[in-house]
Amino acid sequence: MEVSNQEFKHCDLLLVKGRVDSATAPQFAHSLEALTSKGRYKIVVDMAELEYMSSAGFRALLGSQRACRRYNRGEIVLAAVPSRIREALELAGFTELFKLYDDNLKAVGNF
Amino acid sequence: MIFPAQFEFLDEIRRFVGELARKSGFSDKEIYSIQLAADEAASNIIEHAYQDSSGGMLECSCGMEAGRLVISMHDDGKPFDISRVKEPNLKADLSDRQIGGLGIYLMRKLMDEVHYESKPGRGNLLTMIKRKG
Repeated sequence: MEVSNQEFKHCDLLLVKGRVDSATAPQFAHSLEALTSKGRYKIVVDMAELEYMSSAGFRALLGSQRACRRYNRGEIVLAAVPSRIREALELAGFTELFKLYDDNLKAVGNF
Repeated sequence: MIFPAQFEFLDEIRRFVGELARKSGFSDKEIYSIQLAADEAASNIIEHAYQDSSGGMLECSCGMEAGRLVISMHDDGKPFDISRVKEPNLKADLSDRQIGGLGIYLMRKLMDEVHYESKPGRGNLLTMIKRKG
């Protein structure tokens, strides 16, 4: 798994590539926390190059979504979610907790 | 196939079950589901059965039986009866959403059958079945 970050004026774009499982989820969670600890609560997670995500990754997203939504100061949105990952997110009831966008441009524009 | 019970080996476990599912003619969508279920099962064993110990092993076997893919995972860690884990409330809002129990919920949803048995002195056996088609 690789994570890179691009800072925009109104939000941050976190590009996550490869596979997020129990081995790599802590690093993914750390990348999200690195943003929230800087007071950056508007985050687009771009999944275009994500191959796989288990519930360990979902938990990392959930924990950070709580931090971001607190006091209505922001939120995490998901962009370009591959169909298999989207199906797993739906099964886990996560599509009600995160806005999904077809591409990162639309997602960034949301903020 | 025996794997060290460490998260770093999840990639190999997914590859192992994925290759067999592919050879057995499952679709890409089904293969993803099977790999996700196997990952969740193995993660659970590593996290709960072997929580305080290192050096544990996880034995995974995978094969077709009467048109069904049968994955079994055996460990010698602490008994962890997944049937006792409550289903997460998927309608709960963000603040009430449970962090735990999600992996087991996904296993049950993605596979047709999930069984667990623990025998003193003989370890724990988790069996998951996926029917074809």
